[in-house]
Amino acid sequence: MKLGYKFNSEAFNMLLENLKKKHRVYAPILLKGKGKFSDTDLVGYDEISRIEEVVFTHKSYFSPKETFHPITQTLFYFNENDYREPAVDEKGILVFLRSCDIYAVERLDKIMLENGTTPDYYYERLRNKVKFIVMDCQDGFESCFCVSMGTNKTENYSATVRYENGFYLSNVLEDIDGLFSLYGEQVEVIPHFVEANNQIVNVPQNLNLEAITENPIWEEYGSRCIACGRCNVVCPSCSCFTMQDIFYEDNPNCGERRRVWASCHIDGFTDMAGGHSFRRNNGERMRFKVLHKISDFKKRFGVQMCVGCGRCDDACPEYISFSQCVNRLGEEEVEKRG
Amino acid sequence: MNINTKKVMKNGWRIAKDRNITCLRIRVPGGYLPVKLLPLIQEIAQRFGNGTVHLTTRQSFEIPAIPFENMTEINSMLSPLIEELEVKIGVKIDDLSKGYPSAGTRNVVACIGNKVCSNAVFNTTALAKDIEKIIYPNNPHVKIAVTGCPNDCVKVHMHDIGIIGQVEPIYEASRCIGCQACVKNCHKVSTGALSFVNNKVKRDASRCIGCGECVLKCPTAAWTRGGQYYRIVIMGRTGKKNPRLAAGFLEWAEREVVLKICANLYNYIDQYIDRSLPKEHVGYIVDRTGFNLFKAEVLRDVNISPKTKLASYLDFAGYTYDKNVVYKN
Repeated sequence: MKLGYKFNSEAFNMLLENLKKKHRVYAPILLKGKGKFSDTDLVGYDEISRIEEVVFTHKSYFSPKETFHPITQTLFYFNENDYREPAVDEKGILVFLRSCDIYAVERLDKIMLENGTTPDYYYERLRNKVKFIVMDCQDGFESCFCVSMGTNKTENYSATVRYENGFYLSNVLEDIDGLFSLYGEQVEVIPHFVEANNQIVNVPQNLNLEAITENPIWEEYGSRCIACGRCNVVCPSCSCFTMQDIFYEDNPNCGERRRVWASCHIDGFTDMAGGHSFRRNNGERMRFKVLHKISDFKKRFGVQMCVGCGRCDDACPEYISFSQCVNRLGEEEVEKRG
Repeated sequence: MNINTKKVMKNGWRIAKDRNITCLRIRVPGGYLPVKLLPLIQEIAQRFGNGTVHLTTRQSFEIPAIPFENMTEINSMLSPLIEELEVKIGVKIDDLSKGYPSAGTRNVVACIGNKVCSNAVFNTTALAKDIEKIIYPNNPHVKIAVTGCPNDCVKVHMHDIGIIGQVEPIYEASRCIGCQACVKNCHKVSTGALSFVNNKVKRDASRCIGCGECVLKCPTAAWTRGGQYYRIVIMGRTGKKNPRLAAGFLEWAEREVVLKICANLYNYIDQYIDRSLPKEHVGYIVDRTGFNLFKAEVLRDVNISPKTKLASYLDFAGYTYDKNVVYKN
């Protein structure tokens, strides 16, 4: 039996109110008027107070990673003699997210915690606070290909939640602060996960890297990509950041060191001392990103970096589809083996 | 043939080149036309005209080659058009069977706006309809246009009242990744109001024209849209004396201010129009009375918020065909 609880709105909001005593609770919500175009909205992450705020019916435009891997993070403040880290919020972090998003956090963990000799200190201290509330996926969305990437089902969560016939249903693996059992009515809850997507992606398993570098499709993508970086910033598994030392304008003897998300598509990503930079052509950047997502990462960590959330496809203003690109590579591989 | 040409013209009909032949203008406020109305326009053109329509520069239909004797019959057929396009948006017209009650105040034109266009910072159709409700029917010769952004695709700079959408961009520094897409783009296509300081973006509010390009270019939604405002440019015109682009009058004005100014414009015209002339285009009235009197009249009882900027003079760009129009003995 899958242990679960059933809540009406009032009960779930009591649960949230009490969870918020020890946690910041983040979920995808409707940010009114915050869409790129006028009079449009954006589904993005922010703290919630009530379950009704949570958007279940649409995929969030941005991924949940910003809730524990901040876009801008001050690592420490400094003056001539001294430096000090900013205080860390004592509260835990509860994030409402989808199954694919959890796999993406596991990918971030690989890079940030397992890639070097020591875990990334700043990442780890926020990551350790994170608990997952999975939002059930009934049908997935138009651009999703989680099934192809094997990220459609997970058991790495504290609880699940879906809205059904006026009630919120949660399967609970970890009864956080004993609150689910306190406010919910115990019932069996089997979480719903997507079994099939509209998009089917066949990831090529044995890419010939030399041949792929010469593939003319990168030239085509180079003529289409505008290097805006949206595919990177909406991606739940992109982890790149850059460092910035800021010297305050009023007193340049004081300042702070920040790290800020970076994008392999945006100019400046590969800038080096002496003015060198690599992958000046946008097609080369596309190639670098695609191969990292569906080939290079796996060689190092054993799992594909891409989790098939499809947000890059949703966000690209030039209608470049990452999933179509992967399929094109796969088709060519099949043709070659012929 | 005995017709009162002045009445005929006020009724939306033209005194045309060909004797005894007229044309009908059909107003389409904001250029927004439900296609269910097209068959009626088609029927009039086929039954009474020559089977064609002219798409006017003001987003209206002009149905040519109609004999004057059909005017009354056609007027009585127009009620579905007038009902849908005028009465439904709040224009008060007493008798729908008599055709258009006035023609001097021209159709309010609008670009397609944010129903479709990614650049538009507001719904131009909705504002055009609200303006139509205030200014129609009216006889004074006034041209008003509404455009969604400073690209001004609808050429509000050639109008007596030109309304250009503005959006106040809001910057959330913590979401900015310093890609500088906004900074580069603002310099390239707009006013160069953005600069990059200490790895974050600074906006020079005095330079910003509220085009929203920064929001469009931002990948992380560090820039988002704040309030919708309007820039009003006035007294642009073509014509045989001195064509000129409209000059800036107000910036960062609220919607209510725009509507009130449109209403006040008619009180100003009523007081100062030269009634010895058959008609006087509002731009020439302002030339006679001067800007300050115009300003005082159209801003009467208008609440200007601290955010709104008001022009101290009209900085026209244009030229005069004949210098004797300016210099007189």
